[in-house]
Amino acid sequence: MSEKQKKALKAAFPHTIPILTGFLFLGFAYGVYMHSAGLSVLYTFFMASLIFGGSLEILAVSFLISPFAPLETFFLAVMIQLRHLFYGIAMLDKFPKAGWKRFYLIFGMCDETFSINYSAEIPEDTDPEWFMFFVTLLNQSYWVIGSCIGTLLGNVLPFSTEGIDFVMTALFAVIFMDQFLKEKNHFSSFLGLSVSIISLLVFKEKNFILPAMLGITAILLLVRPKLEKQ
Amino acid sequence: MTVWQRIITILLCILGTMLTRFLPFILFQKNTPKAVQYLGKVLPPASFALLLVYCFRNVSIFSGNHGLPEFLSLAATIGIHCWKRNMLLSIFSGTVLYMLFRQGILVLPF
Repeated sequence: MSEKQKKALKAAFPHTIPILTGFLFLGFAYGVYMHSAGLSVLYTFFMASLIFGGSLEILAVSFLISPFAPLETFFLAVMIQLRHLFYGIAMLDKFPKAGWKRFYLIFGMCDETFSINYSAEIPEDTDPEWFMFFVTLLNQSYWVIGSCIGTLLGNVLPFSTEGIDFVMTALFAVIFMDQFLKEKNHFSSFLGLSVSIISLLVFKEKNFILPAMLGITAILLLVRPKLEKQ
Repeated sequence: MTVWQRIITILLCILGTMLTRFLPFILFQKNTPKAVQYLGKVLPPASFALLLVYCFRNVSIFSGNHGLPEFLSLAATIGIHCWKRNMLLSIFSGTVLYMLFRQGILVLPF
């Protein structure tokens, strides 16, 4: 590994520590679920590394033990993952313009990885492309390792980890707060909160993401002349 | 389901996911329209808010314990974060508090 890569890895690792905890335990729980559904570790390995999106993978377990329904599977997959469109739009200028790193960074852009790559303050002497690469790679490894161990071992932990999934909620809360304390204009933060909450109350948990995304985008475009003046 | 049907199901999940991750980069590879550049700047705070609400999607505020364990743990996370500004400390204290609630070690007095 070159000096440049070592430096980026060193800078990236501390940012991924909350994910290390979250992904090892959540991945483990997902793996135990796969095990209980009678699916082998090969399935877990390929699903964890190639879908690399927790909520869809957990839902996919129920697809795999139900009758074959390709159209429904594809439609649900897109609906659940739709929020990635926002992440892509935000990262258009941040990701390298070409090369395998660009491909890998887009491929591995789950919620947690996006949150860190977007919000982390990368030290000036660190190469941002390698920094983002290591954040993505570390997060992906935690998830794959956690879920494969869970599938291989089944439910063997001697203590209860019930509630540990809150680590992800807490991570997103902290990233939201950091962004909030940093920004001069809170319009987008408040808009995101209110539209999402209203949409959740109106459309319920299964269908609220698409209306929320449309609402947020439409309002942001409507107020563009005002927001851009600032 | 046969093994091939399982493989196709998994491939469709991968395809659906990658479509949402790659689409913006494919559509706006060369010249990004001004409106999309603007969205790229203003969307992230709203996306983090959406993600946070997404984590609470299964909490029912009108029944059970009205989501109190969730909201108290969230308040603790945010409170400690505003006080100490230490990301790991805030995340771990909020999570431990939530685990204590969920496992019945800490019981709400009302």
